[in-house]
Amino acid sequence: MSDLFTLSVLMGIIVSGIRLATPYLFAAIGETFAQTSGVLNLGVEGIMLMGAFSGFYIASTTGSLWLGLLTAAVVGILMGLLMALVSVTLQAEQGISGIGLSLFGLGLSSLLFEKTIVSVVAISGFQPIRIPILGNIPYIGDALFDHSILVYAAFLLVPLSIYVLNHTPIGLKIRAVGQNPQAADSLGISVAKIRYLTVSFGGMMAGIAGASLSLALIDLFQENMTNGMGYIAVALVYFGGWNPLGVLGGSLLFSFVNAFQLWLQVKGVQIPSNIALMMPYVLTIVALAFAANRARQPTALDKPFERGES
Amino acid sequence: MDRPANHRVLNRFFEKPGFKRLANQTIEALLPLASVPLALIIGAFMLLALNVNPLTAYGALINGVFGSTFGLTQTLVDATPLLLVGLGVVIAFRGGVLNIGGEGQITVGALAASAAALTLNQWPAYALIPTCLIAGALAGAVWGGIPGFLKARLGVNEILSTIMMNSIAQQFSLYLLTGPMLDPSEKAAGTSIAQSALLPKASWLPTLVPQTLLNAGTILAVVLAIFVYVFMWRTTIGYRIRAVGLNPDASRYAGINVRLYQMLALTLGGLFAGIAGAVQVMGVQRRMMDGLSGGYGFTGIVVALFGQLHPLGAIPASILFGGLLVGSDQMQRTTQVPSAIVDVLLGMIVLFVVSSVIWSRYRARRRQTHV
Repeated sequence: MSDLFTLSVLMGIIVSGIRLATPYLFAAIGETFAQTSGVLNLGVEGIMLMGAFSGFYIASTTGSLWLGLLTAAVVGILMGLLMALVSVTLQAEQGISGIGLSLFGLGLSSLLFEKTIVSVVAISGFQPIRIPILGNIPYIGDALFDHSILVYAAFLLVPLSIYVLNHTPIGLKIRAVGQNPQAADSLGISVAKIRYLTVSFGGMMAGIAGASLSLALIDLFQENMTNGMGYIAVALVYFGGWNPLGVLGGSLLFSFVNAFQLWLQVKGVQIPSNIALMMPYVLTIVALAFAANRARQPTALDKPFERGES
Repeated sequence: MDRPANHRVLNRFFEKPGFKRLANQTIEALLPLASVPLALIIGAFMLLALNVNPLTAYGALINGVFGSTFGLTQTLVDATPLLLVGLGVVIAFRGGVLNIGGEGQITVGALAASAAALTLNQWPAYALIPTCLIAGALAGAVWGGIPGFLKARLGVNEILSTIMMNSIAQQFSLYLLTGPMLDPSEKAAGTSIAQSALLPKASWLPTLVPQTLLNAGTILAVVLAIFVYVFMWRTTIGYRIRAVGLNPDASRYAGINVRLYQMLALTLGGLFAGIAGAVQVMGVQRRMMDGLSGGYGFTGIVVALFGQLHPLGAIPASILFGGLLVGSDQMQRTTQVPSAIVDVLLGMIVLFVVSSVIWSRYRARRRQTHV
């Protein structure tokens, strides 16, 4: 066991843990906005898949990673708008409509992938950028300041979203709509407009989360490549107590467990790989069971709003 | 455990039957039916975009179902797990909880039934078949009961926990099928396809039509659908599950232990999906293999929704979607349209069905203002 925990091994786990946190962070921060305004969007999984596919397809056919990322964001917004239409305007049961959207995204991304597979070439994704000065600090530089642009962006989202949710008028409106839509409505805030905004923003983030997989972490697309990451991202929002900082903690915990599990397998430690692969899901359930602060749950979460209802 | 429930309080929440109500119910029941043609029309445009003639594709789909005895029987074979999972979703939904864990519950049900069959391989059929079915049902019930317990005790969102249980079951199954339960002949050949040995003949469900896979599991599923109807509408426990789903606050006021009945609803949901898994291994595959759940867990939700969350409505719904699955395989073979298009259609149907609720509500409001 002596060489199991050398400094370089630890560094390796930290680096890949931070990388792996990226898609969770994008998707879960976006979902935090949607849930704070009262909409449980379980379609994140399907949106991520569509984002991963469309981003990859455009990047590999045009050769532009940025164009791919932009496409993924737009596709995410469109799917977010679809979810908003169903859950806000048509007031459908949110849990089921999200599952429907996920099935739709899973099917469509697989369908398009199988139909376009001939024309797709391999891509070289977003490369790590070493930040000057900070990147030269021994150990810390390698671990924290030598990542691709998407990794930095995901982490920057956390302080940004804390600021927006807690210190801006729009953030106040979002929280008001999630806590007490009737009161917000009587003060002249359009509940529907705010929810459309947050759900399509969440969709955009989920699309980018998918693209971060296919354009920066894995550099290819496979059918059902998210394999439940979108649902885990939704769970992370509960775990984080609807607070971006909590979501960050959850994402990091989660990705470190994942990195550790991967490293155990590489190291050939005698744990059957499937048992190791179970750990993230078991951890999610345990985390949900012991997630503190359920009192912070937006009161109107998962409840459609209709004017004139008491 | 419970204080005796005051059913008089609850009765006010179940509406009285009447002709007008019946007529309205009929219209509301028919509305979601439009979702299937609507999805097929949008699907046709997608096929056009993929340079496939929609008429050829849908023709192949229909031909796949009605073109042969095999197609017809296979539709019922595919409808069977859909119906069983759908029944579980109906019970859970009526109790006000969502069971998205069908995939995992099918998997553990199939694992338990296979393990029982392989261990008790000397038993005669009349003892082995019920034992395996019960093993599958119990395993499914445990897999549904864990999210139920977590929901009741710790308030864990059951949608998320059942989804996580799916992934856990998938990995657990792969672990068993590549390790302790791996087919010895696979092991010897070194090919290591993740599957168990062939189950003993005594555990096979009787075939109904020779040369097809149609088996007694289909009859079992229909009998269970009727049983669920009687259970939910003619017994006190079923009544309480429905009461909890309709109005948890009133149920609590009437002395019903809401959490207990929600946990029960999720457990029963898992039980039926577990039976679906057992029927798949004992009647169709005759061995446990990776990917046995094959999406039935999710399609079963569509079946339940489409069947109006009624156990008897789930019967025709399961046949419809069973046909869609069988037909799409044929469509893939003749027109090279990936069968993933079925997921696209199913996703759209779910979105349409849940969205149609607003129209019912809109009509209800108009009724109120006009009377």
